[in-house]
Amino acid sequence: MTTLLIRGASLLGTQTEDVRIRDGVITARGTLTPEYGERVIDARGLIALPGFVDLHTHLREPGGEASETVLTGTRAAAAGGFTAVHAMANTSPVADTAGVVEQVARLGDLHGYASVRPVGAVTVGLAGEQLAEIGAMARSAARVRVFSDDGHCVHDPLLMRRALEYVSTFDGVVAQHAEEPRLTVGAQMNEGVLSGELGLTGWPAAAEEAIIARDVLLAEHVGARLHVCHLSTAGSVDVVRWAKARGIAVTAEVTPHHLLLTEELARGYDARFKVNPPLRRNEDVLALRAALGDGTIDIVATDHAPHPTEAKECTWGEASFGMVGLESALSVVQHSVIDTGILIWADVARVLSSVPATIGRLDGYAHPLEVGSPANIALVDPAHSRVWGADDLRGRSINTPYLGRQLPGRIVHTVHRGVLTVDDGALVEPEALAAAHQEVARG
Amino acid sequence: MKHLLSTRDFDREAAIRILDVAEDMAQTAHREVRKLPPLRGKTIVNLFFEDSTRTRLSFESAAKRLSADVITVSAKGSSVSKGESLKDTAQTLVAMGADAIVVRHHHSGAAHQLAHAGWIDAAIINAGDGTHEHPTQALLDAFTIRARRFGDSSRGHDLAGLRVVIVGDILHSRVARSNVWLLTTLGAEVHIVAPRTLLPHGVEHWPVRVHEHLDSALATAPDAVMMLRIQGERMRDAFFPSTREYAREWGLTTERLALLGPDTMVMHPGPMNRGLEISSAAADSERSTVLAQVTNGVSIRMAVLYLLVAGSSSVADPAGGEK
Repeated sequence: MTTLLIRGASLLGTQTEDVRIRDGVITARGTLTPEYGERVIDARGLIALPGFVDLHTHLREPGGEASETVLTGTRAAAAGGFTAVHAMANTSPVADTAGVVEQVARLGDLHGYASVRPVGAVTVGLAGEQLAEIGAMARSAARVRVFSDDGHCVHDPLLMRRALEYVSTFDGVVAQHAEEPRLTVGAQMNEGVLSGELGLTGWPAAAEEAIIARDVLLAEHVGARLHVCHLSTAGSVDVVRWAKARGIAVTAEVTPHHLLLTEELARGYDARFKVNPPLRRNEDVLALRAALGDGTIDIVATDHAPHPTEAKECTWGEASFGMVGLESALSVVQHSVIDTGILIWADVARVLSSVPATIGRLDGYAHPLEVGSPANIALVDPAHSRVWGADDLRGRSINTPYLGRQLPGRIVHTVHRGVLTVDDGALVEPEALAAAHQEVARG
Repeated sequence: MKHLLSTRDFDREAAIRILDVAEDMAQTAHREVRKLPPLRGKTIVNLFFEDSTRTRLSFESAAKRLSADVITVSAKGSSVSKGESLKDTAQTLVAMGADAIVVRHHHSGAAHQLAHAGWIDAAIINAGDGTHEHPTQALLDAFTIRARRFGDSSRGHDLAGLRVVIVGDILHSRVARSNVWLLTTLGAEVHIVAPRTLLPHGVEHWPVRVHEHLDSALATAPDAVMMLRIQGERMRDAFFPSTREYAREWGLTTERLALLGPDTMVMHPGPMNRGLEISSAAADSERSTVLAQVTNGVSIRMAVLYLLVAGSSSVADPAGGEK
């Protein structure tokens, strides 16, 4: 039997209570007295939130192990307070069969840093031509519920319609990477005055907004759920707001980097700031923050996209798109929407945990921090502040856009299924973690 | 100024200084011995990731006239074409003793990265990066306009009051960008002309007047008309329907040539597509500065190499000759 007593944390940033965890489950709350042999965590000054659920993570395994693996990616996740991640399908081989998704899920369970929920490809090989075996992935041991060709847009409107219909058969959702491919041939950054000056091919906002507009209409027509990945423009917010007012079953995510960074960062041609969709204007950043505040945007998802150094140490045009984001997510959210008064901590529990779990049909996150719920918890020190550095990263890649930037907040402890994965700011090492999980399993 | 990356990097005085030094360099071309000593012992590397015979030869000639050792690396047949990164190539060249790297690259920002990524410590001269900038071309264009207008009394002059019309594929043109910033800095009034498809998004924020029709721009009585090379392949991407229509609407035809004032210069950075953006009559006319631009290009590149590489000690006497 393993028990853990978290003392003095502010639960969801509201009332201060102690929390007891026994055999992976929250068993008591209130003013609690330590029991013999119990590990006590002094959490005074910390905020207890439910473990975060990322709906958009690139773990790169299989095939991209030079950038990240399931092990290194889930260590980065734990360091960021995440207890579950949805692993995108653009691996090699692509996660378009039951075999690949089961392997990825199994690796997550084996390492024990976070639950790994594979995302299945919508189309075979992400090629946008033929539906992948969605039913087989849904019925596999990995129980896939989120399907996405992320990195590519399901741009053929008929195929998108069929995907929405077919995925709904298995209570799944299509997570669309909204990018009209013909409008973004060779695109390098947001299309605007700056792209014209820098001589970089523009990625127009309309290429995102047009696909979202089309997809919400298709979702309405066939009565299916749609999830929009990484919304990046004020116009996209307007389209989603209109769709929700119409009663269309659409959900939307925003990345931490789109809540903070703008296209101005492209000026120095430093490819760490190259991402897809691209960083946009300040007006877009403000619209995205407001939309997260009013619920038009449902969740924050990292789009954690590790790349090896050489994929970023080259010209902007040659560099890969993407940024790592798991370790920094909470700090960027705190900086951009908590410290600016748009959200409160209880909202963070919603946008980073319970709602992404609901969209992904992931059990155990519906009643955050309540007695009887699985013990997935992140303990945050909101008063901490640091200059972000490569030392703050825990994955295999260091392509973070925040180097040298002052960011608030820190994950002090992460509890995954009743076991500490991060203890006093440090990752628990694999052997100790495996032993702790075994002890919980024995009960 | 340690590098030359963009014409936005310098102000009016610095621009005039480069043009004036280029005047000095041009004078030496008439001497019996045209070689000058200031870069003796210095190594200039021309690193060309993109073919450009004209610009490469111009930089080579300029460096040799200043007595520098010149190494030219072309992407084809070198380690660059075997997948070596820009960073590794640059570090290798500096390890071999390069004092300055003249870089031409098909990606925008390549010169900026060499200068600022912290990979190497050498003077970087942008010889054209993607669709971003081509600062020495703009400098030689400004030099050519000034020399035509003011002749032997050019020194110290800016281009205030002069009107320059730039015509063609502004969207993809590094020459246009560098010229817009430089000519504006020098006080000229810049007009640009192109079909809407070939104008950059946000061009209304540029310090220029925009025309969609060439005839309306020519009606402003410009001092110089600069025709940009148009790539025929652009029509496959629906930028314009056919080369015939482009030539008719935006080409400097013989008929349009006749409408120009007697002193209006006809400029082209080369290589020209005769019969497309420029008629032979225009290219070969008295008004054409095309060959003068090539000659002036060497003087400008000498000036830039001299100012960036020679070091401040000898700046006072650039063309002092053998001592």
